[in-house]
Amino acid sequence: MRPVQPEAPALAPVAGARRPATWLVALAALVLLGFVLDIALGPVRIPVAAVVKILLGQPTGNPAWTFIVREIRLPKALTALVVGSGLAVSGLQMQTLFRNPLAGPSVLGLTAGAGLGVAAVMLAGGGVANGFAIRALGLGGSWGLVLAATAGAALVMGLVLALSARVRDNVVLLIVGLMIASVTGAIVSLWQYFSAPEQIQEYLLWTFGSLGGVVGSHLAVLAAVVGVGLVLAFASAKPLNALLLGENYARSMGLVVGRSRTLIIASTSLLAGAITAFCGPIGFVGIAVPHLTRALLRTADHRLLLPGTCLAGAALTLACDCVAQLPGSQTSLPLSVVTSLLGAPVVLWVVLRRQNIRSSFS
Amino acid sequence: MLLPPPAPLLVATDLVVGYFAAKKQPRPVAGPLQLALAPGELVCLLGPNGAGKSTLLRTLAGLQPALGGQLAVGGQPLAALSAPERARQLSIVLTDRLDAGNLTVRELVRLGRHPHTGWLGGLSAHDEAQVQAALVATGTAAFGPRPVGELSDGERQKVLLARALAQDTPVVLLDEPTAHLDLPNRVALMRLLHRLARQTGKAILLSTHELDLALQAADRIWLLPAVGALRTGTPEDLVLSGTFAAAFVHEGLAFDAATGTFALHAPTGPAVQLLGSGAAAFWTRRALEREGFVPTTAEASLCVRVPHATQTAWLSQAAGQPPQAHNSVETLLRALSQLKDS
Repeated sequence: MRPVQPEAPALAPVAGARRPATWLVALAALVLLGFVLDIALGPVRIPVAAVVKILLGQPTGNPAWTFIVREIRLPKALTALVVGSGLAVSGLQMQTLFRNPLAGPSVLGLTAGAGLGVAAVMLAGGGVANGFAIRALGLGGSWGLVLAATAGAALVMGLVLALSARVRDNVVLLIVGLMIASVTGAIVSLWQYFSAPEQIQEYLLWTFGSLGGVVGSHLAVLAAVVGVGLVLAFASAKPLNALLLGENYARSMGLVVGRSRTLIIASTSLLAGAITAFCGPIGFVGIAVPHLTRALLRTADHRLLLPGTCLAGAALTLACDCVAQLPGSQTSLPLSVVTSLLGAPVVLWVVLRRQNIRSSFS
Repeated sequence: MLLPPPAPLLVATDLVVGYFAAKKQPRPVAGPLQLALAPGELVCLLGPNGAGKSTLLRTLAGLQPALGGQLAVGGQPLAALSAPERARQLSIVLTDRLDAGNLTVRELVRLGRHPHTGWLGGLSAHDEAQVQAALVATGTAAFGPRPVGELSDGERQKVLLARALAQDTPVVLLDEPTAHLDLPNRVALMRLLHRLARQTGKAILLSTHELDLALQAADRIWLLPAVGALRTGTPEDLVLSGTFAAAFVHEGLAFDAATGTFALHAPTGPAVQLLGSGAAAFWTRRALEREGFVPTTAEASLCVRVPHATQTAWLSQAAGQPPQAHNSVETLLRALSQLKDS
């Protein structure tokens, strides 16, 4: 046996905690920067100083700027904040629960469920009217779409929750989620196959994802639901930590695994379901940000990882939205295209640098 | 006068362990078992693969339900305890693979405080002191900041034990903690467990395939044969009564109570009378057994005298022939096999 080396118990935790704390502050600063930049950039460029003034409620002498910021860009930036943090946190929860580095918000089939709801509305009835609403108001402009997507996601969530009560093994549950997603996707494909091209185009537009148009009461509802989901997620920090060693160890440490799993799945469903319902499927953020955050914070403690992924998710989504504006031009790109195009190389870089992702994803 | 034995920490009465197969059919693996774990005791659970050692440990830890019988921990039925209450009575080291390579050693040991912390999982100064004590007790304090993924097998096993110690439970269960360890690490771990049981008064139960180590280190042995009832007792009593040997007969293993070892080789050849004592006799005997001879102290047609004080060579002699001298075991064996064939 090695000789026991004396070590002051009070010192060690401090030394280990410095890195995550520094990064949390840095990420918060990035979120703030991204938030202001996201508002400043667009077809009409508004100086950052003016943006700050408008956000602080001071007059700028340019009512058009004030209108653009208050009515269009502030809601969009807020949506980016909510969407980024929500998707990233739900991804982190899924990766830890399923102990699988490839898990994300979509593994339980929630995104596919929301897609099914939207497809049902668009392809079966009143497709043209809703499609018009998309172009005129953005995706969130239509309560019908939001409700349909919510219903679809809720249906899948109910199914997954009911099955999770019966299925003891998380790997089996993961497969169940993937199969639900597969079946749901197949139904949508079938629907598309028998639909008119114009209707499919409208549906495709929805699948690109968008932060625009979530304003007023829509934004309030989205923020409230995501808020509840995040509170549930932060409440599950301790169970998530216990689950790091696997279900058996978690159970041996006094965790009621079934109850914790329900809490985690409910939280993820609220986050991913609501966000997909309002903004369409936005890929990549949910899978990639948790990896990014772990690599930055070098910790597996969810009491640090949860706020970390929250901030990193918001920062990344805001940054992607800035790029999606194509600064200096009048057009903008679909958000989920930008998140994947920009984010994938970043994650590749992080993952290849760390090499041992399989053994250290959590 | 003998003191009465201390009250056991864990008592199993008519315990049947096993699992539910398809269609909720109970499939018992072992039982009914009568078991008791006393404080300060190191108990080794021995038995062949498939006898139900892991199932028994998992049942004792409350990770899977018992198929029958009663199980009490700290005087209370296990089933009546809430999950955190149970986790304050029993901790376990499993054979499950660790995927959490990013966890540092200290973070992993801190997880052991789970049943003692509040809903947010924050650690108090007392919790941190327990974590530190567990690290020191297992000799892993210096590993604190290292990621678990970078530990060697032996180091990881100690860290997992530290996590169980940090859980601060009167009963600690370990499922094959010596698997994947080399001999020095196996010995070190057994020694550590024995010392911990004595010093902390915990009851420590481990399953193992290390029969030799278990016989030396355990205060008590639970023998779980593939067929037949579970036997418990101090190692020496089990050996001397022949119970230990009987438990492994089914596996085709012959246990030699005189040497405390299992015969690796089935005897095929003739008996050889072995004269002499000490280390030379012990190792010569092993060599003879390996070659299929049956060493005996009784008179036989072949006879071997090992080196002793005045004589440095091995002497071999077949009935009616002159003795031959050999300067090594190797040449002795070669000569004997020729004698056997002729």
